[in-house]
Amino acid sequence: MTSQTQLPPAAPKPADPTGTGTADNLDTETGRSRSEVTSAPQWKLIWWRFRRHRLAMIGMVILVMLYVVALFAGFFAPFNTTSYSGQHAYQPPQIPHFSFSEGFYVHPTTGATDPETLAPVFTEDTSQMVHLGFFVEGDPYRLLGVIDANVHFFGPEDPGERWYALGADRGGGDLLSKIIYGSQISLSIGLVGVAISLLLGLILGGISGYFGGAVDTVLQRIIELFMSIPTLPLWLGLAAAVPPQWGPMQTYLMITVILSLVGWTSLARVIRGRLLQTRGEDYVLAARLDGVPTGRIIFRHMLPSFSSHIIATVSLAVPAMILSETSLSFLGLGLRAPAVSWGVLLQNAQSVNVVATAPWLILPGVAVVLAVVAFNFVGDGLRDSADPYGKRS
Amino acid sequence: MFSARRRIRERDRAAQTARRGLAAATVDAAELSEADAILDIQGLKTTFHSDEGTVHAVDDIDLVVRRGRTTCIVGESGSGKSATARSILQVVDNPGLIEGGRILFRAEPNGPVRDLAALKSQGDAIRSIRGREIGIIFQEPMSALSPVHTIGNQISEVLELHSDLSPAQIRERVIDELNNVGIPRADERVDAFTFQLSGGMRQRAMIAMALIARPALLIADEPTTALDVTTQAQILDLLGELKSELSMTMIFITHDLGVVAEIADDVVVMRHGKVVETGPVDQIFHDPQHDYTKELLASLPQRSAPLGEPEDDGADRPRATPPPEPATAVEVVSDPARTLRHEEASARSLLRIRDLRMEFDAVSGNMFGRRRKEKIVAVNGVDLDITEGATLGLVGESGCGKTTLGRCVMRAYDPTGGELLYDDGSGAVDLASLSQKQLLPYRRQVRMVFQDPYGSLNPRMTVRQVIGEPLRVAGLAKGSELDDRVEAMLERVGLKRSMASRYPHAFSGGERQRIGIARALITAPKLVIADEAVSALDVSVRTQILELLADLQDELGLTYLFISHDLSVVERICDRVAVMYYGNLVEEGPAERLFANPQHGYTRALLSAVPVADPRLRGTRERIVYRPDEDESEEESAA
Amino acid sequence: MLRFTIHRILHVIPTLIIISVISFFIIQLPPGDFLTTQVAALEAQGESIDPAQLDALRVRYGIDDPFWIQYWKWISNILLHGDFGLSFQFQRPVIDLITERLPLTILLGVATLLFTWAIALPAGIYSAIKQHSAADYTISVVGFIALAVPNFLAALVLAYIGFAYFGQSVGGLFSPEYVNAPWSLAKVGDLLEHLWIPVLVIGLAGTAGIIRTMRANMLDELYKPYVTTARAKGLPEGRNIRKYPLRIALNPFISTVGWSIPSIFDGEVIVATVLALGTTGPLLLAALKSQDMFLAGGIILIIAVLTVVGTLISDLLLAAVDPRVRFGKA
Repeated sequence: MTSQTQLPPAAPKPADPTGTGTADNLDTETGRSRSEVTSAPQWKLIWWRFRRHRLAMIGMVILVMLYVVALFAGFFAPFNTTSYSGQHAYQPPQIPHFSFSEGFYVHPTTGATDPETLAPVFTEDTSQMVHLGFFVEGDPYRLLGVIDANVHFFGPEDPGERWYALGADRGGGDLLSKIIYGSQISLSIGLVGVAISLLLGLILGGISGYFGGAVDTVLQRIIELFMSIPTLPLWLGLAAAVPPQWGPMQTYLMITVILSLVGWTSLARVIRGRLLQTRGEDYVLAARLDGVPTGRIIFRHMLPSFSSHIIATVSLAVPAMILSETSLSFLGLGLRAPAVSWGVLLQNAQSVNVVATAPWLILPGVAVVLAVVAFNFVGDGLRDSADPYGKRS
Repeated sequence: MFSARRRIRERDRAAQTARRGLAAATVDAAELSEADAILDIQGLKTTFHSDEGTVHAVDDIDLVVRRGRTTCIVGESGSGKSATARSILQVVDNPGLIEGGRILFRAEPNGPVRDLAALKSQGDAIRSIRGREIGIIFQEPMSALSPVHTIGNQISEVLELHSDLSPAQIRERVIDELNNVGIPRADERVDAFTFQLSGGMRQRAMIAMALIARPALLIADEPTTALDVTTQAQILDLLGELKSELSMTMIFITHDLGVVAEIADDVVVMRHGKVVETGPVDQIFHDPQHDYTKELLASLPQRSAPLGEPEDDGADRPRATPPPEPATAVEVVSDPARTLRHEEASARSLLRIRDLRMEFDAVSGNMFGRRRKEKIVAVNGVDLDITEGATLGLVGESGCGKTTLGRCVMRAYDPTGGELLYDDGSGAVDLASLSQKQLLPYRRQVRMVFQDPYGSLNPRMTVRQVIGEPLRVAGLAKGSELDDRVEAMLERVGLKRSMASRYPHAFSGGERQRIGIARALITAPKLVIADEAVSALDVSVRTQILELLADLQDELGLTYLFISHDLSVVERICDRVAVMYYGNLVEEGPAERLFANPQHGYTRALLSAVPVADPRLRGTRERIVYRPDEDESEEESAA
Repeated sequence: MLRFTIHRILHVIPTLIIISVISFFIIQLPPGDFLTTQVAALEAQGESIDPAQLDALRVRYGIDDPFWIQYWKWISNILLHGDFGLSFQFQRPVIDLITERLPLTILLGVATLLFTWAIALPAGIYSAIKQHSAADYTISVVGFIALAVPNFLAALVLAYIGFAYFGQSVGGLFSPEYVNAPWSLAKVGDLLEHLWIPVLVIGLAGTAGIIRTMRANMLDELYKPYVTTARAKGLPEGRNIRKYPLRIALNPFISTVGWSIPSIFDGEVIVATVLALGTTGPLLLAALKSQDMFLAGGIILIIAVLTVVGTLISDLLLAAVDPRVRFGKA
């Protein structure tokens, strides 16, 4: 974010023209041999700095895990999203027990409705056991959309049995499985949405920053205008325009487009700012005087210098998209069941009364928080290490 | 936020704790190494701890400042001179720490001696010293003063802290003090913001702030480095006058030996956090003991006073020595729109600049206010010939248009008017009229070396890529042939072949400038424009680069357009010199003649302002002030 | 300064016009028009509508006219007669519905802003001054999490906590006995008692954001040379920080105050829906869902206008505190 350390004050210029200081400093910073540092390209320097950012590394590990699980959702989820057991509606979470003789197991339950409070009551049948195991066969699914499979990472050994690791929803579906399947939409919508935003931002910010002058002024005013409209009503208005009869895929695409229509403005501003800043650098002028054609100047000389900043900004924009999708779906204006996303799942937890009866229904929210925090950590780390040549930040 | 009464109460309380703190830090006067010392630094260690390691900025130094004298601390960047100055007041930049040693300070001639290093850095005791007994001036008045407070507000604060005057009295004193430091219309300027003042005015305000509480010791930390040479001369004169008027002691920190020669009584030479040599100014300049001091002195231009030799008799008017009358005996010209030409160059011109004009549109007015378009004439009809195989120096102060002119020649800017007639022997071509595409072959003949060795090399490209780029895009060489040419060029500029695969961050400033030169020369150019190419470098490195440039010129028959604000550098390497002033070329001629016998009023003023690097010649020269039409150019904002 | 103000105000007018067009465009977006939707809904309930009345309404709102004519009718009615049209869902003038709820929305917004600043500014400043301290890290981590929690989730959790542990009724801004009671001191007290949850929830993300920017701004300024200069004058550390770096670090913050208004409205829509508050948010949501276009358009327009005005105020404020802006030097 900002400078935490100052260079020794004696230097009248920010650098140290006399000495070999630069290289030596990098040595102590990265703990690498001098020759390794001197011929390290930009991404390596960024990676070395990024790795020192502990929170960012934690975020990175979390993100990798989340995306691996989302990619192989069928394998990691114990059940399909469509499988349910009506008598287990609002079944609370079942923590697996473990014994050396039996391995992992839970006791089966039977549900009934309390005649007085109308609340669901579950009684455990401790005489019986549902055995759980790794790599068990269960509901069929298609891995990565192509490979038919039915092996699950962890679940009941008897495919007919039920196990609710994080409890059940109103329909008796397994919440854990739904959260895992929901991550496919929730985690991808952020990426796709930001990709579209980035495209818009690159084109418009690029035009604005490259041409400058009147074009720039007009585009900047348009962006300011967009920013002064409260985003949520805009989304709501646009989302309300999505016909309810559309299929989940169309709605998904439409919602993504809507989210990115609103999100591109800040990216465009960042890109424009970077472009203007880079355009004024001496080395860009030097390239021009070298007779380098414009296209090559932009792509070979300018883009690499701010791509790392763009990536950092993008990684900070993804969580905002995820949050937006969640909010829209929660309000019933985004995706709708049978599509499964974290926001759709949270629709089940609309009121305090439901939360009071089945507090585990807000667990998809925990998944949202986890993903968003991880993205923010990574984005922050990237932003701090995006410019490995400038002041330490 | 605070009522006046509460503030006074708080101040009384602070004064008490300050007295206690000072009493605790008082040491026996016998501890001073010299009786007339106002400041005696013993074994001072100031260290910067950061993630990147520990820097011993000040590494166990001893230093005595005698009362009533000016002590110059001189050294290159990273020598620890600034850290020393800041340690005295314990205002070292974060994360610096004073780790050892004593700083004995005796404000009154026979008063108590206090160890400033023993005081808490945020305590009331050191605060009672700061501003009241020791004042300090920094290098960049623009950043050293708050942009959102008026200068009056910031100066008054010193008196609010250290005196019992009423607000009205304080304001009066501030206006007086602004008058004292030579700010015209002080009663209005007191309410001005920093960005409304020129660089020189800002530094004057800063001096007023440092002196208003009449400190016994003034620390000036590179106070003239950011200023133009004529402004620097005025500030140095002002400091000298104020020092004798107020009978204070001054510590003056600088990297410029010329300035040292002008004002120092005693000199302390620092390097890598250590003191290498101390002594009276005359001894340092004429009988240096340490090798480093000798090296520094050797890097100085060996030039005597340009305007007349010292007059030993000096009977009547030593300060008003008139310059020797020019042989041609023309009137000194002060019209900025006229170019004075000494004899024409005889050899063939590689580039003839004819009536070159460059105008910029500037939008003035505030963000939302009425926008008026204004034309700024950066280059105003300049005629200039650049002789083949020679070096033409283009000098002038900031904003005079010299860089714009250079960039017009490069066609980095498209000139508004005029011709750039380039003739390498195969007939003259007007570079100004060529399209970008037609220009491409000439882009390889006319090359540029930039000022900033950091900003001008793309940090994302290896040295090989940076240097090879012009050949690669022109399709002149590729693969191993290109690599070979790049590496050969690296060797030629004094670097190793193996360095080609490194990135610019692996090089020091001087090495980077060598890379910049290699990039310029890889296309085998005829004309090289060096825009302040050595200004960002320390003196010792500067000498090496200048020598390299001279060697390369001999070897390759290059023609240089050498743009610089530094007259001593220009005089050293240039065959001819052109002087610019506010877009106009005011004087042009062979270097020796022009320096020995300047004709134009502005050139004379400029030359008279350059410090003479010999303390024995101090005061032998008249300062000439150039005011073409008595305009208050000082008032124009430098921003 | 006066000229600056006038220019800035004149600048706002085209923005307002474009914003009103966009608002109208948004409410026009859903396919079909609201009358057909409405008639279909009424017919589904077995009611019928007088065709003559329908035609009258069609002409009144120019349903069959092109977009620009419809827009002109809509905006000219608002500007000339203060007539925002009729809400079909409620069968009442939009202006009545809005005036009923807008004061509470504004109250909520202002309370949230004040709460946000009261928490975020000191926290950000402290965090910067004590950089790398345990408190700094704690503030940062808490801020990260606050940024990551969707505000409806926070609302649910807080409501649940209030419900489960304090036995507080969390729906609405008033306890049931005060909802329809005339204004009294007791009612105000009751309001304040209910206000904290929505204020906390809406302000959560904003607070975290401001802490981060304030910390960054402050760190940028804290080590500037002018701070050293002030220190070298003998200024006490606290006064130095208040007078110099803080003053300048606040400027970028002031200039973006206007931009924080939309996000408060965003938060308000969601949180008010979850907590069933009687503000404009749930009304807007309902209007959008039922394609009650004049109601939705009216609310969006008012929110957007408030935002633009907020931005204007923050620009003027910035010019007032920062001479560089006033004199066009920044």
